[in-house]
Amino acid sequence: MAFEGLAERLQGTLQKIKGKGKISEADVKEMMREVRYALLEADVNLKVVKEFVKNVSDRAVGQDVMKSLTPGQQVVKIVKDELTELMGGEQSQISFSTRPPTVIMMVGLQGAGKTTTTGKLANVLRKKYNKKPLLVAADIYRPAAVQQLQTIGKQLSLPVFALGTDISPVEIVKQAIEQAKEEHHDVVIIDTAGRLHIDETLMQELKDIRAIKEPDEVFLVVDAMTGQDAVNVANNFNEAIGITGVVLTKLDGDTRGGAALSIRSVTQKPIKFVGMGEKMDALEPFHPERMASRILGMGDMMSLIEKAQANVDEERAKELEEKFRTQSFTFDDFLEQIGQVKQMGPLDEILKMLPGAGKIKGLENAKVDEKQMDRVEAIIYSMTTQEKTTPEILNGPRKKRIAKGSGTSIQDINRLLKQFEDMKKMMKQMTNMQQKGKKKMKMPGLDSLFK
Amino acid sequence: MSFFKKFKEKMLGSTPEAEETVSITNKFKEGLSKTRNQFTSKVNDLVAKYRKVDEDFFEELEEILLQADVGFETVTELMDSLRFEVQRKNIKNTSGIQSVISEKLVEIYNAGEDDVTELQLEESDLSVILFVGVNGVGKTTTIGKLAHRLKGEGKNVMLAAGDTFRAGAIEQLQVWGDRVGVEVIKQSEGSDPAAVMYDAVRAAKSRGVDVLICDTAGRLQNKVNLMNELEKIHRVISREIPNAPHEVLLALDATTGQNALVQAQTFKEVTNVTGIVLTKLDGTAKGGIVLAIRNKLHIPVKFVGLGEQMDDLQPFDAEKYVYGLFADGLDLEEAEEIESDK
Repeated sequence: MAFEGLAERLQGTLQKIKGKGKISEADVKEMMREVRYALLEADVNLKVVKEFVKNVSDRAVGQDVMKSLTPGQQVVKIVKDELTELMGGEQSQISFSTRPPTVIMMVGLQGAGKTTTTGKLANVLRKKYNKKPLLVAADIYRPAAVQQLQTIGKQLSLPVFALGTDISPVEIVKQAIEQAKEEHHDVVIIDTAGRLHIDETLMQELKDIRAIKEPDEVFLVVDAMTGQDAVNVANNFNEAIGITGVVLTKLDGDTRGGAALSIRSVTQKPIKFVGMGEKMDALEPFHPERMASRILGMGDMMSLIEKAQANVDEERAKELEEKFRTQSFTFDDFLEQIGQVKQMGPLDEILKMLPGAGKIKGLENAKVDEKQMDRVEAIIYSMTTQEKTTPEILNGPRKKRIAKGSGTSIQDINRLLKQFEDMKKMMKQMTNMQQKGKKKMKMPGLDSLFK
Repeated sequence: MSFFKKFKEKMLGSTPEAEETVSITNKFKEGLSKTRNQFTSKVNDLVAKYRKVDEDFFEELEEILLQADVGFETVTELMDSLRFEVQRKNIKNTSGIQSVISEKLVEIYNAGEDDVTELQLEESDLSVILFVGVNGVGKTTTIGKLAHRLKGEGKNVMLAAGDTFRAGAIEQLQVWGDRVGVEVIKQSEGSDPAAVMYDAVRAAKSRGVDVLICDTAGRLQNKVNLMNELEKIHRVISREIPNAPHEVLLALDATTGQNALVQAQTFKEVTNVTGIVLTKLDGTAKGGIVLAIRNKLHIPVKFVGLGEQMDDLQPFDAEKYVYGLFADGLDLEEAEEIESDK
């Protein structure tokens, strides 16, 4: 049930206005209906959507269609720019107290990911800001919440202040701040219990904790999958205790994350971090532009490029490109490619970042089997050096030997050889294309490669 | 007699058997008070605002439903069938349209299917219930509540701590086990969850347990490796007991937006989900996602979580749920009827 992205949605509407020089009011109106659907499917709050659509319409009407863009692309661009702008400044910093310890409070609904985020944040503070954080277990209500934070503290070798579950959170925080002063911790991160934004008693508790020492940051932790109610949650927390920033969690899922926009526009508070995985280093700065693409279903090209850059050696990449062009790509190079791809993380996640990945035939439901990659590796490892460079020499007995050595079947080997040939052809096409200018490109065999 | 009135009589009847219904209905009412207030007061405002049923009225109604997370497609379908109904019955005024709206809602909930909200468990043999879902939806808490509920029905219950990944998850389940007074089968953090399940099934068999409830680690549905792990867990259980797991319950957070549909679909593909537990329904102003899920995936909602106490898990009943949504509207309509009778 993958939702169509805005670009795809707009395609139909756009056929009609192809070749026009200016975007008329009627065009905009029609396209804005698609924008509205796309945003609603991404869980952006209806009121926010309405306001947004109004603003964008005003901006779009009468604009000249740029030569390089189709009217549709133009609208998408305006929408995306506007979204990006709304989402606010990039990479907000954490404000630290001039008189340590800096106090950071983590608040939010149950199950948003406060405790995990507390650990991740402490990790970032230590690594990037060179701080010495103290974690405070102030969730005395949920069973084993204290143990959870203690385990995380152990994993990260960070101290956790806990007094069990019989003492009030207010008292715990009071003592924790005292201890932080004594032991010269410069940051105190308070993990509070999850609570409903409508629960007055528990909201009062947060106010009491807040009153102990004015926190430098109050982070509202919000699940990226939250629906229309995100505005109420954000509003209530903000009004009751005054948040300073937002952490959006579970963004490594496949939600569009429209809640980000809703929260941002009702509270005007910056989204400071996003949770991108279950590991303790999976907390990243927020990038408004990427978020805008994501909400619109346009893929997260930037993250993909960054991931690739982090893992691919540029020199080697050039060498490879040369090999593609001259068709001297061998199984050894192929092995290396697989290794690099593997380093980038689970393949299906990478595929999801490609814009329009849902549209490529055969890819929309591509379940990438990582084991298949292992099998491919095993086959190649079972080849002799000569076989790897000149696979043409592979005959029946040789294939039989390789099958035995790699624990696969001859059919597996034949399939791999076929795919390898297809890939070589495709690579040649692609490099030719780059030189000749842009044509529509096909990617034969890419999806079948990992099935 | 209006639909609401019939509803109310059914829900608040005076027979002794009905009394229990009343208390559960009230629980729904209480738990859903936020939802109800938001939703019905909006519908009521709408009815008050528009005397006539026209396009503006429909548009605004559509917006109310969208804001309840019902989702675009389902709302469109609902609106179409409402428009049709209004035309067919020749409804011109907005008074009385509430009952049509709620009728349509119940219709979607029950979409041509038998009510299978009851757990399908073995009569006299070991039954296994597997819990699945994304992170932070309330699986462990729900398991605690369900264990309490089943134990109250006289069943011998055992829990399996299959979330070996998240810090503190095993301890959390153990606390629930102690609270409810049932045994928890566990291994250390980081061990293979499938192995825990194997142990648990063996232990449950040898100790003559009636119901084994298995916890699993929360996982986002797009993580292929983790979904494969879940498949393995499922496989291990069914290898030990042919018909098991008898129930695979997907825990869904009621505050979740449209991604809940993707969750339901993906988990269904991997583990053949037999029912949904809608958690945290007491806090959200929404809950409309149930409609979309029911409409598109035909997975029944079996339980709803309406609070943090042990007995805050209630079997789902579409009619009661809709009654909870519309309780205020009902009183209003009734008052109007009395008014017009005079």
